[in-house]
Amino acid sequence: MTCLIRSAAAFAMLLALSLAARAAGGDADDVWPSLKKDLFGAREVVEDAAALTLEAPYRAEDAAIVPITVHVPAAIAGTVKGLTLVVDKNPMPMVAKLTFGSAAGSGERVISTRVRIDMYSNVRAVIETDDGRLLMATKFVKAAGGCSAPALKDADDALAQLGKMKLRSLPAQSSATREAQVMVRHPNYSGMQMNQLTGLYIPAKYVSEMEVKRGSELVFRMEGGISLSEDPNIRFTYGGAAGEALEVTAKDTDGNVFTARSEATGS
Amino acid sequence: MRSIDRRALMTGVAGLALAPGLVARAAPAPAALALTEVAPGVHVHRGRHALFAPDNAGDIANTAFVVGREAVAVIDTGGSAGVGKALLAAMRSVTQLPVRYVINTHMHPDHVLGNAAFLGEGVAFVAHHKMARGLAARAERYLAVNRGLLGEDAFAGTEIVMPTLGVSARHEFDLGGRRLVLEPRPTAHTDNDLTVRDAATGTLFLGDLLFAEHVPTIDGSIRGWLTLLDGMASESAARVVPGHGPAALTWPDGALPLKRYLGAVAGDVRRMIKEGKTLVEASRSAATTERGHWQLFEEYHARNVSAAFAELEWE
Repeated sequence: MTCLIRSAAAFAMLLALSLAARAAGGDADDVWPSLKKDLFGAREVVEDAAALTLEAPYRAEDAAIVPITVHVPAAIAGTVKGLTLVVDKNPMPMVAKLTFGSAAGSGERVISTRVRIDMYSNVRAVIETDDGRLLMATKFVKAAGGCSAPALKDADDALAQLGKMKLRSLPAQSSATREAQVMVRHPNYSGMQMNQLTGLYIPAKYVSEMEVKRGSELVFRMEGGISLSEDPNIRFTYGGAAGEALEVTAKDTDGNVFTARSEATGS
Repeated sequence: MRSIDRRALMTGVAGLALAPGLVARAAPAPAALALTEVAPGVHVHRGRHALFAPDNAGDIANTAFVVGREAVAVIDTGGSAGVGKALLAAMRSVTQLPVRYVINTHMHPDHVLGNAAFLGEGVAFVAHHKMARGLAARAERYLAVNRGLLGEDAFAGTEIVMPTLGVSARHEFDLGGRRLVLEPRPTAHTDNDLTVRDAATGTLFLGDLLFAEHVPTIDGSIRGWLTLLDGMASESAARVVPGHGPAALTWPDGALPLKRYLGAVAGDVRRMIKEGKTLVEASRSAATTERGHWQLFEEYHARNVSAAFAELEWE
């Protein structure tokens, strides 16, 4: 009990400190310069509202499932080869890194997912164009506790369903751009949730890789981390005519492989 | 305008300077809670419809006790040790019998954080067998968050008291000529909802399986909850005690607004999923017809929709 109370007090103190830092101007609190260096080295990362927009709630309803969406207009989309999602203040700030392939399409590119947010933080989307530029959109999100919250509403059900996948075709955006959603049942343990019975933290175990293909062509490949919500869920646009099925392969950190194939897409 | 600002500022400064002393004196001291005897020997305290705040000390859920010939059973203890003590004080104006059972209807902090007031020899803390797991996983956060919301004074003495007895199948207690029937339920409001029936009066304590006036909150399964409510409609009860709302309601009519709300959320969310809408679109527009029927709607509704969406998109 004392240990619980002590760490609660420590938590409150940390919160107070971080609030104080923000009130004092926030610079001491800005982790982005060092994060940027870790993720992109010495390369320049430029805010560019014309190249991409990021939708995220200012105040999250549920810190363990914060919906975010990246839009890249058609004029730029064809030149985009990668997308990195970052939550600055999370213990593992890189949420996901997507590499696009030839089937990603040339129409407006829209990628949505759900993330965990551990404390008030900037959320960033950075695209990389084929000429090597890094362009960014940033949103500040008020949410807390997303990484340690046991999002598992029904703990037994969550484990019983592990590995179940769903690949949904959504109504086409245009004749050349289609949309689909891939969902994986996985607790995506963050390593910060406690096992109630042993009192020990549950080791991190999460979906670390995913690959989506249309026929033999790559739509995207993703590296994921613990900042993706439980039951990773990615909605994406891709190019192609009606009738071609999608295939998804996902892997978790325990080496489990999950696959799914969409029914051939109608119109 | 300027004078109002100045006054506000001055009040603010004065408030800051005096705050510690004032709060200490004004903290809802463990005066006895108000009780309603909804049936002979069945006493219910009605919590307020509010979020955890210093001025309510966490007295935001219904709490109750049943008096037998030999002992008392407490059903939910409120959101702080102070509320638990105030419930105990109220109980002592009714009976001097010992408390033998403290039953928690589920893991949420507004129902369990008063447990510490009842710690003592011969007291069993009783809950659904899955509550220990759910509460332990959330304990640290519940304490940290609610300490912050209530302030040190109102939070004083509050700790997590885990169940000493987990109920995994229908179970009976005898309070001396008075049987209580405990029934663990499948995942609905949470994955650890437990109901309690007082056989003598036909009073059924539903915990947060029943909300009235206060918007429901979904932390289990909306599908499970709707199914359970349908199934329970045929269980007879002279009256039911909701986790939030009036001290007693009729059954099954008392659940009609709740069923309407959950049905509206599930219906709209299912339709929007079928239409290819996103979670964000759903949390903005699903079941907004329910706004105006419930207190604390803005605080919880969008979150309910997002929980329902994440569940129902797997259908």
